[in-house]
Amino acid sequence: MIYADNAATTQMGEAAINAMTACMRDTWGNPSSLYGLGQRAKEALEDARERIATCIGASPKEITFTSGGSEADNQAIRSAALLGARRGKRHIISTAFEHHAILHTLKRLEDEGFEVELLPVGPLGTVTAHQVAEAIREDTALVTIMYANNEIGSILPVSEIGAVCRERRVIFHTDAVQAAGHLPIDVRAQNIDLLSLSAHKFHGPKGIGVLYARQGVPLTSLIEGGAQERGKRAGTENVSAVAGMAAALEESCAHMAENAAKVSVLRDRLIAGLSQIPHSALNGDPVNRLPGNVNFCFEGIEGESLLLLLDDRGICASSGSACTSGSLDPSHVLLAIGRPHEVAHGSLRLSLCEENTEADVDAILKAVPEIVAYLRNMSPLWKDKVSGKKEFVL
Amino acid sequence: MTRRTSLTAAPAKAVMGKKALIAMSGGVDSSVAAFLTKQAGYDCIGVTMKLFQNEDIGVSRAKTCCSLDDVEGAGSVARRLGIPYYVFNFSRDFKVQVIDRFAAAYESGATPNPCIDCNRYLKFERLFQRARELGCEAIVTGHYARIEKQNGRYILKKALDKSKDQSYVLYMLTQEQLAHIRFPLGALSKSEVRRIAEAQGFCNSEKPDSQDICFIPDGDYAAFLEQYTGKPYPTGDVLDLSGHVIGQHRGAVRYTTGQRKGLGLALNEPVYVCRKDMAANTVTVGPEQSLYSRELRTDDVNWIAIDHLSGPMRVYAKIRYRQTEQPSTVYPDKSGKIRLLFDKPQRAVTAGQAAVLYNGDIVVGGGTILKTVQF
Repeated sequence: MIYADNAATTQMGEAAINAMTACMRDTWGNPSSLYGLGQRAKEALEDARERIATCIGASPKEITFTSGGSEADNQAIRSAALLGARRGKRHIISTAFEHHAILHTLKRLEDEGFEVELLPVGPLGTVTAHQVAEAIREDTALVTIMYANNEIGSILPVSEIGAVCRERRVIFHTDAVQAAGHLPIDVRAQNIDLLSLSAHKFHGPKGIGVLYARQGVPLTSLIEGGAQERGKRAGTENVSAVAGMAAALEESCAHMAENAAKVSVLRDRLIAGLSQIPHSALNGDPVNRLPGNVNFCFEGIEGESLLLLLDDRGICASSGSACTSGSLDPSHVLLAIGRPHEVAHGSLRLSLCEENTEADVDAILKAVPEIVAYLRNMSPLWKDKVSGKKEFVL
Repeated sequence: MTRRTSLTAAPAKAVMGKKALIAMSGGVDSSVAAFLTKQAGYDCIGVTMKLFQNEDIGVSRAKTCCSLDDVEGAGSVARRLGIPYYVFNFSRDFKVQVIDRFAAAYESGATPNPCIDCNRYLKFERLFQRARELGCEAIVTGHYARIEKQNGRYILKKALDKSKDQSYVLYMLTQEQLAHIRFPLGALSKSEVRRIAEAQGFCNSEKPDSQDICFIPDGDYAAFLEQYTGKPYPTGDVLDLSGHVIGQHRGAVRYTTGQRKGLGLALNEPVYVCRKDMAANTVTVGPEQSLYSRELRTDDVNWIAIDHLSGPMRVYAKIRYRQTEQPSTVYPDKSGKIRLLFDKPQRAVTAGQAAVLYNGDIVVGGGTILKTVQF
């Protein structure tokens, strides 16, 4: 099997597994208990908090553990919105190609009377700090813009956006789920007020994540109950998952540069190879791009068919964004960068990590062109294009 | 159970190693169809088509045909059978090929049958193409109908259980499609199907049959159209047969030929909707006898039992899903259309519905009923 869907989730690393099993075996107490067993669990929790804070340049008090990226996104936006509303600010700036955890939360806020402005992301899939500066108003409560896009891999100018927001005294949240562990993050230097990350995107466990909130930005609790996480998130802490996340993040950050160098070589080989397929196009920014992200549109075929046939050959990849039923929606990200519906349906995302090899790339570069040719050969739409009845888009 | 079908017997050599794609809705019928196909020795792939987002059709969390519950139901049956299972997102095709056509037909004054379009454009065209891409020899559904090969042609026949027969909504299948379609339930009764479902522990065996239009679960198609098209359907005049205004209607799309209830007229004798003029936004009503006509024309004609119609032919015709076939004669008409002359006048011939022609159990062909010229 070739696993090329690391943007969906990653295989857990040995460091994380060892940290978790040790914690489950030895430090299984409730961190809120007063006796020694509980206190050791509390120590494990706080040790992990400190190490995670160090990885992103935060202080431990600014780290709140959540069930993952989606919860962190929800809580960040809800908190900033509430804070803004108290001061009569009900304008929120974001982009058209955020993750649904952001877009759906913003939609809810719109129903509740907030005004949401989604900045266009252009054909490369990015926004500029200038665009953000232009959009900020007196009543802007929040700017929420992702660090890197999960589908097309564009890296956004977060430091510049952070500087603009700080200068204009607007809260800046960034969904860094695809960036954490893969790109350097320094919340202080980058003027980030709120940041979400998720452990399973960097070889940590699923169901655990972090909401960083700069000191002075109060969080609103989404889950009421006990006083865990300084009253910001009720529920007995998932200590072993937190320990696994800390181990995985440290490991990823320690090897970040070498992993990025290795993975981007594989990525560039894939991009060069797949570009040879006629009537295809790379999606996203070719330069400011996540080291492991490859995203292509192939005209005249459907992503779903391509994935099924890749699966048949043992290659795990994705297309569009998977919904709960496992089916594929036409990607709002590809539509946002201006791909027409028809082409957006024929997309393929390959996302690599440092475990992938040259041999994996060889196998993918053999399989994809063959399958694309096979599917085009069976497609009535493709035949119409070849015969000139319909025009090529790409 | 005295009757045995070949499908429940040992795997046939002829199908060993051949791939079949099974359209699974999560309901009893398609679950049993999947089971029988696996028993027959096919390499099976289970598939559910995702046809719409509930939010897109203005239904929130409601129970509809293609809801998440159904996907989960179909998925659990597939896991129980040990076959791979996928969900295909055809929501865009469904919108263009089924819902848009449905709305356009209503706005033109017709009463469409969206199930026929769904079979035609989604199940047996989009899904068919997918099956080909995946190298599947057969495409299997839980429809109650039978396919046989006679004298070099594939013949579509009614189900053995006449109370479940669905051949009416399948009249548009082509020879190419029929060659690859399998209906494993065609020779079974609904109670036999339920027995198999219970024996196999399919959790949905108590689920009632699906009814009505899947994307309009509450049946209020006028409200759906208003919400979907974003257009109001204004009130207008109700006319009698001689053209006098006798009342007001609440939007012409709300009325269907033959309808009596909901007209809001206080008259001495019962009246029925006879016709609609969408351009003038009028609805014409008359006594029941004015609903009857002996003749209709169709376009969109498809022939199954014959290659084409070269002269008049005696047939039994069905002009709505739940109707007994009526003796009639079909005549070829210009440019591929047909003209159907009934032996006895028929009540409420409705434009947009299908006229399906039978010869005994055999589906000869059919077409979509055109608006009749009124005199």
